[in-house]
Amino acid sequence: MDWRRDASRREFLKRCLTGGAIVAVSGRVPPLAQPGTAAGKSRVVIGRDPMLRTNGTTIDAGRILSVLDRTMQALFQSDNAIEPWKKLVYSGERVGLKVNTLGGRGLSTNLPLVEAICERLQQAGVRASDIVVWDRDTDELERAGFHFSTAGNRVQCFGTDRAGYEEELVTYGNVGSRLSKILSQHCDVLINVPVLKDHDGAGITAALKNMYGVIHNPNKYHPNGCNPYIADVNMLPEIRRKMGLTICDAITASYEGGPGYKPQYAWKENALIVSQDPVALDYTGWQIIERKRAEKGLKTLEADGRAPHYIATAADDKHRLGTNDPKKIATVEV
Amino acid sequence: MKFEMLPELASATASANLTSEHVPFSSPLDRRSFLKCALASGTALSICDLAHPLIAVPTASALPKQDDSRFRVEARFYHKLQNRKIKCKLCPRECTVGDKERGYCGVRENHGGTYYTLVHSRVCAAHIDPIEKKPLFHYLPGTLAFSLATAGCNVNCKFCQNWDISQVRPEQAPADYAPPKLVTELARQHGCPTIAYTYSEPVVFSEFLMDTADAGHEAGIRSVVVSNGYMQEDALKAAYGKMDAVKIDLKAFSESYYKDVVVGELKPVLDALLTLRKMGKWTEIVYLVVPTLNDSDSEFRDLARWIKRNLGTDVPVHFTQFHPEYLLKNLPITPVPTLERAKAIADAEGLHYVYLGNVPGHPAENTYCPKCHGMLVERLGLTAKQMLIRKGSCPFCGQQIPGVWHV
Repeated sequence: MDWRRDASRREFLKRCLTGGAIVAVSGRVPPLAQPGTAAGKSRVVIGRDPMLRTNGTTIDAGRILSVLDRTMQALFQSDNAIEPWKKLVYSGERVGLKVNTLGGRGLSTNLPLVEAICERLQQAGVRASDIVVWDRDTDELERAGFHFSTAGNRVQCFGTDRAGYEEELVTYGNVGSRLSKILSQHCDVLINVPVLKDHDGAGITAALKNMYGVIHNPNKYHPNGCNPYIADVNMLPEIRRKMGLTICDAITASYEGGPGYKPQYAWKENALIVSQDPVALDYTGWQIIERKRAEKGLKTLEADGRAPHYIATAADDKHRLGTNDPKKIATVEV
Repeated sequence: MKFEMLPELASATASANLTSEHVPFSSPLDRRSFLKCALASGTALSICDLAHPLIAVPTASALPKQDDSRFRVEARFYHKLQNRKIKCKLCPRECTVGDKERGYCGVRENHGGTYYTLVHSRVCAAHIDPIEKKPLFHYLPGTLAFSLATAGCNVNCKFCQNWDISQVRPEQAPADYAPPKLVTELARQHGCPTIAYTYSEPVVFSEFLMDTADAGHEAGIRSVVVSNGYMQEDALKAAYGKMDAVKIDLKAFSESYYKDVVVGELKPVLDALLTLRKMGKWTEIVYLVVPTLNDSDSEFRDLARWIKRNLGTDVPVHFTQFHPEYLLKNLPITPVPTLERAKAIADAEGLHYVYLGNVPGHPAENTYCPKCHGMLVERLGLTAKQMLIRKGSCPFCGQQIPGVWHV
C-alpha cells in the first residue's frame, strides 16, 4: 500500500492492530489515492478569490481562510473545514510548514496563508508548539514578514541556521546532502508551502524545488536545469516519508526573472494550488506560468531553453514521485 | 569540535614531530632552517588553537546568527548583467547568478547586482603542516606551512576527504575572522616560511588568497596553493601569479571522469597547467588513483605523455592512494601494486620525478637523481628525513635538480 508518508510495515501493522485498517478507520489519506478521485488520477485543486486583497495589497485573513477551506475540502472530499487536517496529521504529531522566503515581502509565502493553516491545524488538535514554520534562514523569514519564535506555547518559527544540519550525509541518485534538523528532529509531517515562481535555472519553482531549502548544499544542484537533482532530492527518504501535502501560494506569482522578486514580472493570480502529488502540482503550476508568459508575449520556457524537465524526471520509473501526465491529473477549480 | 583533525591530519601531526636527530642535512643553511622549523613544529602543534579552527561554534537549537558582514568583500572576477544578474568569471563554470543567489561554489552571492565573496578572512581550518603534506616535494623540503582554508569548492568530487568544509556554505562551517595580516603574523610566530591555501578549494577564496599572499610577501613569508586548477585564465594569472609554488590535483585524464566523478571538466585544468608553465610557476601534480575509475594503463600512459609533451619531464607527479570517503564509499583503497604500475608507466614514458603518496615507507616517496640514481631526499610519510641536494644539484654527480630547495 502506497501510504502518504511511506509508513513502515511495522507502523502499518501496529495501526491496523490498534485501530483497524487505516483506510477504513483512521482515514489517513495516501497521496495519489484521494477519496473520490478517479482511479489512478492525481487531484490538484486550485482555489481562487479575485477579492483576496482588500485594498489591492493586503491579504484579507478571512478570505484566505475561506479559500484554504474550499481547496482543502475539495481535495479531501470533505464537507467540514477541519476534517481534512485530521486526515493529514495524527494526534501528537509535530508539523513542519516549509515556506519559501527567498523573494522577500514581494514574492514569498504569505504570512496570512500560514496563519490560516496554523489555525486549522490547531483546530484539528495540533498543539501550537508542535507546529514549526521554517525555511533555510531566519533572516530571510523575517524579511518576508515572519517573526522568529521559539517560545514554548506558541507556533515555532525559525530557520535551519538556528537548528543546523544533520552530520550524516543522505544520498539518492546524484544527490548527497545533509538534512535540516528541523525536518529530521522537529517534525513528523511536512506540509510544503512554496510559491509559484519562474526560475532562471529550473524553469519554474513550486512544490518539488522548494525541497532545496531542506538540504545543506543546494548550490551544487543547479546545473542542467536542476535535473535530475530536484527529483533526487525529493527521493531522500526523510523527505519522501514525511511529505504530506503541498499548499502552493500562487497569490502573487512570477512568470519571468525568478526566483528573486522583480515587480515587473510578478502578477496577482490570487490562488492556492493544493495537492498531495507534488509532480502533478508542478505540472499544473508550469501550465499557469506558460499561460501568463503567452499573455505577456514571451517565449515558452521550452523556447527559452529552460523547460522544467525535472518534472518529467520526477515522474519517471526511477522516481515515481507523482504524475506529469495531464490525462492522469484531475484538476479541480473552486 | 568538527574540524579538530581533518582526515589526513592525524598522520601529519604524528610525522611532524620532528627532532634534530632526524635531520642529517649536509648543508649548514638547510640544517639550520630545518631545525628551526622542526622546533617550531613541536611548539605549534602543542597549541590547541592551531590544531583546531580558530574558533569553533557548535550548531545547536536557537543559535545566535553569525555576523557575516565582515567576511563579505566584493568579488574581483565577474561581469554585471541586466536585471541585477552577474556572470562569475572565476572558474570555467561561469555561473550566471541572480539577485540574492549564490554560485555553484556556495560562497559567492549576488546582492542587488554586485557579486560578493562571503569567505574573505573566514578561516574554517588552520593547521601547521609539513610542506610534504600538500604534497610539495621539490619545494623547501622539511619546512612547515601555515595551512588554512575557507568553506567552499567549485567542483563536487565524490571522493572528497574534506567534504565537510568543501561542500558546505560558509555559514555551515565554524570559522573565525583571520584577516591577511593576522595569518601572516601567525605564520611568522610559528616559524612557517610558507602559507599554504589548501584543504577545500582555494579557487573560491581567491580574493583572500591574493590579499594574504601580498601581506605574507611584505613580511618575507611565501605562499603556495593546493588547487584543482579549475579556473579561468585571467583569474589564475592574477591569483596564482602571487604564489611561490602550486600543486594541482589532476584528478583523471578523461573528460568522462571529470563529468561524472568531479562535476567539472578536464580541459580547463590542462589549460591551467599550461598557463602555469608559461608563467614559470613551480608546479607539482597529484593524481589520486581511484580503483576502476581512473586506473587503466592507457590513462596513465596518456597522462604521462601529455605531461612530457606539454610540461616537460621535470614536473613532479604524485600518484596517491584513494581511501573511500564521502560519496565513494563503495570502492576499496587503491592497492599499492596499482600505484606502482602507474609509476612504472610514467617512468617508462620518461618522467623524472614520479612519486607515490599515502603509502608511508614506500621507496617511491624519496627523490632520486635522474642521472646517477643516488637518493637525494629521503622521506618517511610526511617527514623529510634526509636532504642532500646542494645548491639545487645532486651532490654525487652535479645534476641540476629542479625545484625550490632553500629558504
